[in-house]
Amino acid sequence: MNDPVDVLIIGAGASGAAAAWSLADTRMRILCLEQGEWPDPAQYPTNGRDWEARAMEEYSWNPNRRQNIGDYPINEDASPIKIANYNGVGGGTVLYAGHFPRFHPADFHVRTLDGVAEDWPIDYATLEPWYATNDRMMGISGLAGDPAYPPKTAMMKPVPLGKTGTRLAKAFNELGWHWWPSDSAVATEDYDGRARCINLGHCLHGCAQGAKASTDITYWPHAIRAGVELRTRCRVREIVMNESGMAAGVVYYDREGKEQFQATEVVILASNGVGTPRLLLNSTSSRFPDGLANSSGLVGRNLMFHPYSSIVGVFDDPVDGYRGPSNTMWSQEFYETDRRRGYVRGYTFEVSRGRGPVVTALTGMGHGRIPWGADHHRAYREHFNRLAGMVGICEDLPELHNRVTLDPILKDAHGIPAPRLNYVISDHSRLMLEHSIARATEIFKAAGARDVLAEAPITAGGWHLMGTARMGKDPQTSVVNEWGRSHDVKNLFIIDGSVFVTSAGVNPTSTIQAIALYVADSIKRRLANLFD
Amino acid sequence: MTTITSDHPLTREQQRALKILSGLMIPASPEYQVPGADDELIFSDILRTVIPQQQLARLAIDQLNKLANGDFAGGTSTAVQQATQRFRESGSPLVGFVHALVAQCYYRDDRVMKSLDMEPRAPFPQGFDVDEGDWSLLDPVRARGPMYRSPP
Repeated sequence: MNDPVDVLIIGAGASGAAAAWSLADTRMRILCLEQGEWPDPAQYPTNGRDWEARAMEEYSWNPNRRQNIGDYPINEDASPIKIANYNGVGGGTVLYAGHFPRFHPADFHVRTLDGVAEDWPIDYATLEPWYATNDRMMGISGLAGDPAYPPKTAMMKPVPLGKTGTRLAKAFNELGWHWWPSDSAVATEDYDGRARCINLGHCLHGCAQGAKASTDITYWPHAIRAGVELRTRCRVREIVMNESGMAAGVVYYDREGKEQFQATEVVILASNGVGTPRLLLNSTSSRFPDGLANSSGLVGRNLMFHPYSSIVGVFDDPVDGYRGPSNTMWSQEFYETDRRRGYVRGYTFEVSRGRGPVVTALTGMGHGRIPWGADHHRAYREHFNRLAGMVGICEDLPELHNRVTLDPILKDAHGIPAPRLNYVISDHSRLMLEHSIARATEIFKAAGARDVLAEAPITAGGWHLMGTARMGKDPQTSVVNEWGRSHDVKNLFIIDGSVFVTSAGVNPTSTIQAIALYVADSIKRRLANLFD
Repeated sequence: MTTITSDHPLTREQQRALKILSGLMIPASPEYQVPGADDELIFSDILRTVIPQQQLARLAIDQLNKLANGDFAGGTSTAVQQATQRFRESGSPLVGFVHALVAQCYYRDDRVMKSLDMEPRAPFPQGFDVDEGDWSLLDPVRARGPMYRSPP
């Protein structure tokens, strides 16, 4: 029998780590259950000569391909965008690029400003102090003064512009379009025990140097020193209710596969936009036959991904190639709504580098630019270290039919029903994708590219999992309230990307963590009457 | 000596087919002084690497055999060339599998990396140098002033 705890956090990724650290100063007994293991940086692909090959297998973004011990299968047959996640301490931050943009102030008011989706129940000003706290804890590099954002403090110098960034910066300037060095979760100086970036490239498959901020090396060491317990290889099957309509605890499988019960006063769900609805839908009872906290019927609905376009320019002269962090710079020239474009809302361009020799070959052969046969070598050399990439991150609007449900057949290693995705890219998103490809092509042409390769969506690019248990003031149209507490169960909180009302056109990690810190602070402020 | 082994999960005939295909995809080049993907060392790497995905390899080879009227490895040079071309143009996901299999082994070979002016080593721990760049390029962007919308 496990001793009861005060707070049980499910998931040790971006949001779970931030909340654990924040709540630690209450001296409550806090336990986090994580289904995966601690990542081992000595095993990350860039330690070996086969770094690109291993990135496609055991460090693949896709759990169905990776099949690590902490992974669960996902039926994504009915989604043109495939899941990208990581199940282990650090969660998605282990395999993310580390782009760290915030939402814009207008992103919280989409209904009022643009007549689509719903407004958030909170605003930029609510999250601003938590964005700043999170930037400090994660250690963010960047440059103050970006005109696309309200003023914010820079902490470390930006990642280098390099040959790739310099070439594209000149092109953006020629077109008169916005660009700025990316806010990046890559330490450009030694920071809080992390060594500075040495330009390994390949940030998206684990940083062997430890320069990239993943929560296993940022929040967790601090949280554990402050007394939080983190148990790995513990997969939660369901949240159990008591007779008073409160969460009593969870049933989970420990690392030996033994079923355990963990009693708690408070449950905090931090299992991402697919894992969280999966767990809620698996937690049925007579009171909640359709899944826990689901009186609105919205648990699992409104799944948002961010459809990505990918545009690659091929240059005659070398650019950075495989060297340097994939993050370089972004442009938000097309971020805010301009109805003349035929759609509302917008997207961010992010410039990337880091294509190694294998990925260069795959890119060129996949697009038919590098042939098989005798001419392979000449064509390959015209591409190697001569590719610069750009992605368009398009705001995905919530739609009820895009959803996570439970698969009737597929189960994980513990016999727990797996999630199934149903997702359709909207016509609205397609307009935005097309716009982004056309504008990126202009940029690459202005930069002197002799060839431009484009695809949309990035099939493997389901990095951002949002919207499946959204926040709001009305229990009929939302799952949690404006400070993350379930409308239905007063000791159940959700702090991951599930609570997003809309997706904005930026990477979500910074906002996920700011929300986690804000909800944790809201809990601390209300400890005396938390369940009222 | 070619590394075609009897204890490999692919049959000798399947290994021969894969070797022919690899060499046709990326042949040796005296001009660039690089081996082909059917080089002994590189193909040994391909054979080791293919084991976890042997099912996909068998499917690809089956498709090649069909396109070559039943025997890709034993076909005439013309038949092999034609089958390879039709396979590549088929749009089958197996083409992507073969790309990944051959490219990942070929482009980590020391001789190939050196021919590309790469040091034959892992990225970590030495890392690489990247130019800092000229931040004065931001001057026209700074001059624009705020471009974000204010909430109502």
